This record gives sequence, structure tokens and C-alpha cells, in this order.
Amino acid sequence: MDRLDPRIAEAMARLPEYLGAHVVLSLSALGLGLALSLPLALLGAGSARLRWLLLTAASVIQTIPSLALLALFYPLLLALSLLAKTLTGAQFSALGFLPSLLALTLYSMLPILRNTVTGLLGVDAAVKEAAQGVGMTRAQSLFQVELPLALPVIMAGIRTAAVLVIGTATLSTTVGQTSLGNYIFTGLQTQNWIFVLFGCGAAALLALAADQLLGLLERAIARPSRPRLVAAAASLALIVAASALSPLLQPEAQYVIGAKGFAEQYVLAALLNQRLAAAGLASVTRDDLGSAVIFNALAGGDVDVYVDYSGTIWTNEMHRTDTLPRQAVLSEMTDWLQKTKGVKVLGPLGFENAYVLAMRRDRAEALGIRTIADLAASSKRMIVGGDYEIFGRPEWQALRQAYGLAFRQERVMQPTFMYKAVADGEVDVITAFSSDGRIAQYDLATLSDPKQAIPPYDAVLLAAPGRSADRALAAALQPLIGRISIARMREANLMVSRETDQAPPAEAARRLWQAIKP
Amino acid sequence: MQREIPAIEIADVWASYDGGKSFAVRGVTLDVAKGEFLALIGTSGSGKTTLLKLINRLVEPARGVVAVEGKDAADLDPVQLRRRIGYVFQGVGLFPHLSVGENIAVTLRLLGWEKAAAARRVGEMLDLVRLPQELASRMPATLSGGQGQRVGVARALAAHPRIVLMDEPFGAVDPITRDALARDYRALHEKLGLTTVMVTHDVLEAVLLADRIAVLEGGELVEHGATEDLLAHPKHASVRELMAMPQRQAERVRALSAASGSP
Repeated sequence: MDRLDPRIAEAMARLPEYLGAHVVLSLSALGLGLALSLPLALLGAGSARLRWLLLTAASVIQTIPSLALLALFYPLLLALSLLAKTLTGAQFSALGFLPSLLALTLYSMLPILRNTVTGLLGVDAAVKEAAQGVGMTRAQSLFQVELPLALPVIMAGIRTAAVLVIGTATLSTTVGQTSLGNYIFTGLQTQNWIFVLFGCGAAALLALAADQLLGLLERAIARPSRPRLVAAAASLALIVAASALSPLLQPEAQYVIGAKGFAEQYVLAALLNQRLAAAGLASVTRDDLGSAVIFNALAGGDVDVYVDYSGTIWTNEMHRTDTLPRQAVLSEMTDWLQKTKGVKVLGPLGFENAYVLAMRRDRAEALGIRTIADLAASSKRMIVGGDYEIFGRPEWQALRQAYGLAFRQERVMQPTFMYKAVADGEVDVITAFSSDGRIAQYDLATLSDPKQAIPPYDAVLLAAPGRSADRALAAALQPLIGRISIARMREANLMVSRETDQAPPAEAARRLWQAIKP
Repeated sequence: MQREIPAIEIADVWASYDGGKSFAVRGVTLDVAKGEFLALIGTSGSGKTTLLKLINRLVEPARGVVAVEGKDAADLDPVQLRRRIGYVFQGVGLFPHLSVGENIAVTLRLLGWEKAAAARRVGEMLDLVRLPQELASRMPATLSGGQGQRVGVARALAAHPRIVLMDEPFGAVDPITRDALARDYRALHEKLGLTTVMVTHDVLEAVLLADRIAVLEGGELVEHGATEDLLAHPKHASVRELMAMPQRQAERVRALSAASGSP
């Protein structure tokens, strides 16, 4: 295999870390879920009211979308972490493992609870009476008769929970926990379908393997036989050993770099990592963090440094609805971050990644549309496509009001597909990102904003409160400040997100550095 | 001459399943002497199974006293009490996940017998109920109805009980197997000097096996006495009706055999 796709090699290289983290997380969540659910189910089997309460609560939790459940745990844990700091002086990381563990544990509980209760209630009353009649205590009857007889139903629940947890664990990537989901999120954002398939395939294989292993374990418990017990015990030992080793495979790091889930962020995170490495500072990257999670992670010290955009801080964190000129926004934001959050702005990188409305050039010319104001009249007949966040953001409301926009439909889509969708005429207008290389690739026309309804979005390098006086960090990243032009950034972004001849983010970052280094 | 302490004494016992709104057993007083074979008969819902379960505290009395071998059962640990009283369950009640041997040894294990001793005892019990030794490793689901009933009896007798309670023990098998089982059990009752209380709705079975019969109706004890006395001089109309049945059946069989000329 001398012509192996470099993306497959890249995927294989990341497998030990991603798989190890995925297994540790899933195993912990399932273990904790079992430890909580089994005793609760035993209590529930004895009381109809408690049973109703438990199963209803577990069902309600199951209806919360997994992505939301994961994200909800983050602020909760952050508050607890800060409380722990004020009380004991010790702080724990609210990012990554803990919120994922708690959310997945809750998810695992419904199938275990329901099946255990069903299994126990399904044991023949005559057999239970016989257990009592031959002189078993309540506990002996439970452990020697009722649980063994309910075992197939209970194990079916545990197997369902295992498959559910392993599948859902891919979403823990969004709260900063490394998992097989890293392949999927990164792949979706950069149109690296090999990564997406690799992540899905690995998660599916892992779920299948876990299901088979639990089946083996069930048979070993039900009718103990030496080969079965040995096989089950050996497999379990192997998994535990492999999982225990996997953290050792991860590099020792001083700094944590954060990245949101899109191509530009991967490139910039790789660039930060390379600059720190050049200065002799080791770092790890937490990819694919949600917008709300990443800023809190920085303010809470779970992330040391990342790139955000002034307009995002302006609207989401400062809750401003007015729009000031670019420099004014930068300086007010810098003061506000310093005073209220202790976050240090290391400096703007030099380009903006703003929301811009974009449409097909031929269409715009035919309709005579050059600015957003020109769009207002025909917007009633148009469909606008945008990413998951935009239509709920205050900027969008401000923009609609400023120009009197009223689209026929607002369609939410993956940013990756947005550009192709407008180029193919599936939607009429998109809320593009100004630094995305695909604007040029598809030759889209961007509409100007004469009323300045959209705030400026300068890319700014932010450092955590604990790093604000870190001279080594500031010195290592100083050469990036003010040096990345919009053209350079678009070029690098296109390199990692175009459909053919893709480069990995690290490669794009290296080339970007070659072009901008002093 | 001092009166021997009865194996089981039941004194004005009431039992309820709904906290006293209604009673399944209503003021029953009854003694079972050592070595006696007592049959409890009555229609469905007459309270005979409840009365049986009051003896080993599977059901607790609402009022009244149950004494086992001279001691108030309420003062005994119910778990220990059940371990020393054999119980043959309605529908056998073998543990489906345990082998025949493990089923027979279940009370022995609870009593902390050593493995080897328990295994020896399982062998003895299989001989006693006339089952082949190979059956020990089989699962209950693979047994015939009659074999299952015999294993149920072996399990009840394994821990050397002096008292055995049986709830419709020989139901759900064909009449020939049933007759063989019943006669084998009666022989064991004699051989081991057991005190047996058996619930049945089959009057003929009660008459053929039991030394004494107690008749229950609506939770009350209507009449009880030696089997011959109850057959010869029943006091209550309903008991007379009940006891007449096996005799009528016997007469019909005799008449039929005479008509066909067979001996």
C-alpha cells in the first residue's frame, strides 16, 4: 500500500487517542449508570409510586436532545467548580470529561432502570413464594432467585444502554472531551468524508464489540463455565488495561488551545500550537467546542488561549445591540474583558470573519442587488440559508429590522453545505463567513452593509485570566498579531475545506506561517 | 398421664389479605398431633391454602396464635422456621435456573451444609423419591410432570424436617402417576415419622391418604375428625355431601364392573 490516502494515515494516527478516550468515557458512564440504576431499580420494583417517579424522570431525561444535555452540564459544573474553589481552594475542570460523564450516565439510566424493573416484576410469583417457603431471606431471594431469573431482561437493558452511550459519546466532543466524535465533527467541517466515515465506523464497531462482550458476560454469569468466564474476564481486563494506558499516550502539555468547530478555527489552533512549540512550549488542542462553551472555558481557566471574534463577544457576552466602528468595538471589548472577566486580549490578528450576506453573482446582477438595502424588496420571495446559530442571534434581529428584511423561509444548514447550496440555487441568499475561502471558490457576490447593522468581527487572540501575565505565551504568539490578512486566511481556509486536494489544518497552518512570518 | 405436645397448634386464628376488611381464615382452632397426616379440604377460596401458610408464617395471623412444636411461631425467626419445615408448593415451584440437584440442596445450602455432605444428601433424596441419580444435573424444564413433583418432595424433605406442608402436591399430573406419587409419599410419611399437613380439593385423595380430615368453608372450620369418623358420621349437611362423593364414585365403579362381569 504505497499510495494510501494521507487522510486515512492521519485518521489511523489519531485512533489510539480518540478510541482510548472514547472507551474510558463510555465505560465510566456505563459503570456509573449501573451503580446508580441497579439499586434504584431494586427499590422501584418494590414500590409502585417510586417506580413511576423513576421511570418518568428517566424518560424525561431521554427526551432532552443529547447535544443540549451535554451543553447544559457545562455551566452547572463551572458554577460548582467555582464554588469548590471558594470553599476549599481546589478547583476541578468543568470542561470535557465530567460534563460528558454526567450526561451519558443519565442517558444510560432509562434502559437499565426499565429493564431491571420489568425483569424483576416478571419473575413468576410462584417461584418467589417458593424462595420464601424454602427459607430464603429477602436478600437471598433477590440475589439467588429473582435477579438470576431477571438477568436476560436486565442484560438486554444494559446492552441497549452500552450501545446508546457509545453512540452518544461522539457528541461529547462539543464540550471538549476527546472522543471518536472528533473525527466526525472535524470531518463534517472540512468536508473530509474519510474522517466522517472513519469516526462513524469506529463508533459502530465499538458498540458492536461492547454488545457482543456483554452477551458473552451474560452467558458466563447465567451458566458459569471455565472457558466462558476466562474469555469474558480476559476481554474485560484487556479493555481496562488499554483504556488505562491511553492517557499515557497523550502528550504532557502546559497549554490548552481551544477551537470552535469550523475550518478556520482548526487552522488557527494548529498555528497557535506550532508557534508555542517553536518557543518550546507544549500544548494540546480541544477542537469543536461550542461558542457558548469555549468562552466560559477560557474565563474558567480550562482553556488557556483561543481565537474569538469581536462581534461575537460584543453581542453574546456584552449583550450590546448597538454597532460601533471597528476600532471602537475592539477597545471597548478589550476593557470590558479585562475588567469583568480578567481575560486578556493579546491582540487582533488582522482580519475579520464577519457575517456577510452572499448570493450568486449572476443572480445579484440580474436583480440589481449590490447592498443589503437592495435586497429588502425581493426578500419576500427568497429563502435564506444560515448556520445553526445565526437566526437566533441578536445581530440577525438587528439586521432584519435595519433593512426591513422578511424572507419567505429561514433554512438552517451545516455551514459546510451552505456555499454549495446557494451556488446550486437551492437557497437564494446565505449568511456566509467573510473569511471563508468558498466565497471566492463559488464566485459569490457579498452584499455591503451601508447601515452598519452587523457589528465588526475582528479575529482576536484571547488569553485566560491565569495567563494574562504569562510573558512566554505572549512572546511566542506576538508575531501573529496584526499579520494575517483576509486574503491569506481565505487561502488557508480553502486549503482545508475544498472538495479536492485537501490539506490537513496543520499543513495549512505551516504554509500560512511561511507567508506571514516576519 | 401427660398429654403429648401437638406438632402444630392453631388457636382462634384469623387472617386477612386486605388489612382486616375481609378475612380469608376466620377463627380456626385446630391441633395436629405428632406423626399425624392431616388433610385440609374445601372448595376454592375456602381458606385452606391460607391456613397452611399460617403454619410457616408465609402469612401472618391478624389474630390468634399458631404454635409449632410447643413454641409460639410469632416468637420464632420466620426464616429459620421455614428452613426446618418442609414445603411442597402448588405447581411444584422448582427454581428454573437451578439444576435438580441444586433445587434439592437449596435449603441445605441456606443452612450452611458442606458441599460434599449436601451432594451425598441429594443422592439419598433421589433414591428416596425413586428417581435415577443422573437426574441431579438436569434442569427442571427437562423433567416430566411426575418427575418434577418428586423433585419437589425431595427438596421439601432434604433438610430432615419433622413437619411437612403440602399445597395440592400431586395436582397437574395424570391419575396413574398421581396415585403412585401419593402412595409413595404416604410410605415416606410412615418411614420418616413425619407430621404432614396437605391441602387438597380432591376428597378421594384426602380419604385415601389422611389420618384426619379438616373441612373448611368460607374461611371457617366446619368439621374435623378421623377420616373413618367423618366418612361414617358426618355432622354437617355440606360435609355429608362432600364425603358421600368418593363412596358414590366407588359404588358406581363396582356396579359397572359387576355388569361387565370382570372381577
